[in-house]
Amino acid sequence: MKIHIKNGHLIDPKNNIDTKQDVYVAAGKIVGIGSAPKDFVANQTIDATDLIVAPGFVDLSARLREPGSEHKATLNSELLAAAAGGITSLACPPDTDPVLDEPGLVEMLKHRAKLLNLVHVYPLGALTRQLEGKLLTEMCELTEAGCVGFSQADVAITDTQVLWRAFEYAATFGYTIFLRAEDYYLAKDGVAHDGEIASRLGLKGIPAAAEGLAIASILRIAHETKTKVHLCRLSTAEGVDLVRQAKKQGVQVTADVSAQHCHLTDHDIGYFNAYANLKPPLRSARDRAALCQGLKDGTIDAICSDHTPVDDDAKLLPFAEAEAGATGLELLLPLALKWATDNKTSLFDAIAKITSQPASILAIDGGHLSLNANADIAIFNPKLEWKIDASQLKSQGKNTPFLGLTLLGKVQYTLLHGQITYQA
Amino acid sequence: MQLPDPETLLAEITAKVQAQLQPNTALVGIHSGGVWLMNRILDSIKQDIPHGMLDAAFYRDDYAQRGLKTEPKPSNIAFDVTDKHIILIDDIFYTGRTTRAAMNELFDYGRPASIQLAVLINRGGGELPITPDIVGAEILLKPNQNLQLSQDTKGKLHLTLEASDA
Amino acid sequence: MLNPQLDADGKLKHLLTIEGLPKKILTQILDTAETFVGVAERDIKKVPLLRGKTVCNIFFENSTRTRTTFEIAAKRLSADVINLNVNTSSQSKGETILDTVDNLIAMHADMFVVRHGQSGAVHFIAQHVPDNISVINAGDGRHAHPTQGLLDVFTVRRYKPDMHNLRVALVGDVLHSRVARSEIHALTTLGVPEVRVIAPKTLLPAGVEKLGVQVFHDMKAGLKDADVVMMLRLQNERMSGALLPSAQEYFKTFGLTQEKLSYAKPDAIVMHPGPMNRGVEIDSSVADGSQSVILPQVTYGIAVRMAVMAILGGGA
Repeated sequence: MKIHIKNGHLIDPKNNIDTKQDVYVAAGKIVGIGSAPKDFVANQTIDATDLIVAPGFVDLSARLREPGSEHKATLNSELLAAAAGGITSLACPPDTDPVLDEPGLVEMLKHRAKLLNLVHVYPLGALTRQLEGKLLTEMCELTEAGCVGFSQADVAITDTQVLWRAFEYAATFGYTIFLRAEDYYLAKDGVAHDGEIASRLGLKGIPAAAEGLAIASILRIAHETKTKVHLCRLSTAEGVDLVRQAKKQGVQVTADVSAQHCHLTDHDIGYFNAYANLKPPLRSARDRAALCQGLKDGTIDAICSDHTPVDDDAKLLPFAEAEAGATGLELLLPLALKWATDNKTSLFDAIAKITSQPASILAIDGGHLSLNANADIAIFNPKLEWKIDASQLKSQGKNTPFLGLTLLGKVQYTLLHGQITYQA
Repeated sequence: MQLPDPETLLAEITAKVQAQLQPNTALVGIHSGGVWLMNRILDSIKQDIPHGMLDAAFYRDDYAQRGLKTEPKPSNIAFDVTDKHIILIDDIFYTGRTTRAAMNELFDYGRPASIQLAVLINRGGGELPITPDIVGAEILLKPNQNLQLSQDTKGKLHLTLEASDA
Repeated sequence: MLNPQLDADGKLKHLLTIEGLPKKILTQILDTAETFVGVAERDIKKVPLLRGKTVCNIFFENSTRTRTTFEIAAKRLSADVINLNVNTSSQSKGETILDTVDNLIAMHADMFVVRHGQSGAVHFIAQHVPDNISVINAGDGRHAHPTQGLLDVFTVRRYKPDMHNLRVALVGDVLHSRVARSEIHALTTLGVPEVRVIAPKTLLPAGVEKLGVQVFHDMKAGLKDADVVMMLRLQNERMSGALLPSAQEYFKTFGLTQEKLSYAKPDAIVMHPGPMNRGVEIDSSVADGSQSVILPQVTYGIAVRMAVMAILGGGA
């Protein structure tokens, strides 16, 4: 299969390309940029006039719900959604049922994803068995099975000795640890940012300091043990400041923010809208501004979808009883573009936050369109308006606080290994 | 249309009420016009007669359609209704529905010996088997006409007639 | 965002919280309640407004007291009343809150009075009922208890009619109190210029001053020249632990005694939403003393609940 993508505007942050150029694909690889290789005869031509051609997006966190929660979503439904969102590589957290703490489970997941051939799936293994924060998992075995890093998903390790040892052990082999920083006790039973809104609504709050305290200890341990750490889903101004300082001091730390948190605050809870029940909680306008600024100045490396499909039975409940999370794979692109527009930065920057940057955090070969690289490509119209409508979303999860809103930017084609996996 | 002077009509019904007084008579005014009239009657006849006021908002039959009045006034019947000869006083008699509501409310206070109805004007259009016993004047009006009694700051009564397009 | 309590004409459709309700509506409820106070003193304590209507008390959290006052109010309006205590254990067996509500809708109830342990649960139910059903919040989590807030301001207005010239102090566990939140909104909406809260820092929610109150941690300063003292209930499980060391120490520092009450104005009134913990948040001599209006609060509670139901139940 040979594909000629013509007349598109190519943006490839890794290679610092931001210009109108044709792309030539053959045998699953990029075989030409700008000019066709000798004797290239396309089987198919994609007219990308007025469209952006970019590396397929890389998502640092998408819950696929398999194994264990197939009533919420299946690998098939969510990988189709990812393809529709232009995503060609994604990392999934280990909080499945059973937890991804055994090589066999990871191999099974990789195998199933490979058969579907829609998206490259990179599992994050559990850092501790059952995510209980007590016993370490077999990190070498898990890596061999396909894990690209280790995570606790949303479960905090309260025993700092275990945390320290997990870091030391991971550092021994150069593995990256992915942690969402939140003090267990300060966050216990909390469902909203501890501030005026939570006080008015009578919701139990999680103080911003819960994130700051946890980040401070994680960074200190990472620094002492010389471990690569990635902080997931920053939500507070304080957290952004701590990461900024740590980066200056040479700690090996990276960070991401969810696409939801770039745009929403605790005000968006409105009259107890359970779709705005997220982990970490939506925080104040000041925090949101600091997150956007942190993304802009490079303190925060990537935007992820934090895709969490939730079924109606678990969402149609009073706010605090509703399961947290939002569906996000198909909203990653428009929300990243909106971040760039709202914060007066370039399309190029927005694309970097969802391609080259997350790929580098995961240390995977992806998120770029170099010659001979895998032809994983997203082709999108940055100016196409579309209304977020539950019936149009491919994901089995329809839970998003953006339902009913109109966003700009829609994927037209997604290619994986040079095969079209999605066409609008 | 030439409207009668409400002060003249008041004098007439005051005389008729006075003629009906018995040892067990009590006066009850219906908010707001009926209460004004009752107070004026009490001033004129200078007798210590038990009296009270009713709003009847909670007994109206248009509640299901129109909801509660936004400013209901408290009913206040401070005497024992049982075995009294009650004269209900209202300003304008129209469909009879207000009188029905007022009688229902009155019965929730006790069992009166009798009830009579005194009104300043009977404008016609009764929809229930109720007729006023004491009437100042009869003026037949069309359904789109609205006759209103008002009281100025000096306590003087006025009648106004408005017509709506409906 | 549209206020879910009001219909398109700005009329009250549900009563979920005091917050966001215009002063006009609060005054309408209080004025209407005034007319119902007399009904209770008559031979026949009923009016026929809600004849043929069915009011359903759905209590996901048990409270005999509150349920009884709503029941009396509904019956005095001639409504039929169904009481339903939804056992939380039957909920955990699989029936969801919406299943419960759907069942009652199918039984053609006209008005729901709902209490639930989760903040926002009553908003959630109000969003899911058909147009012809009105929902009254009888207390949801820590969020709101609007009829209690209304009966409290009704009581204040009866004893201190000049609301624009009052100093009101709320004392105790504001953090966990839906009553406190509703009282604060009702007082500030009606134009009370100075509302104070007095509590240890562990019992105050974050940013409480943004609700329009002044914060005190000391009874002497906080009660100084107060016209109204509203005490809040302290739940048993919070009397000793990480929020407070002991009930004794709480009584000593924040319990209302005659001595502490003397800091307030000599004609100050003392209120409590009940049930009281005598000797913890309030001394018996104060609770039963001449400045206490705690029992009138209960009486007025029925008139206020009748007013709310009468306003919600009428109109097409």
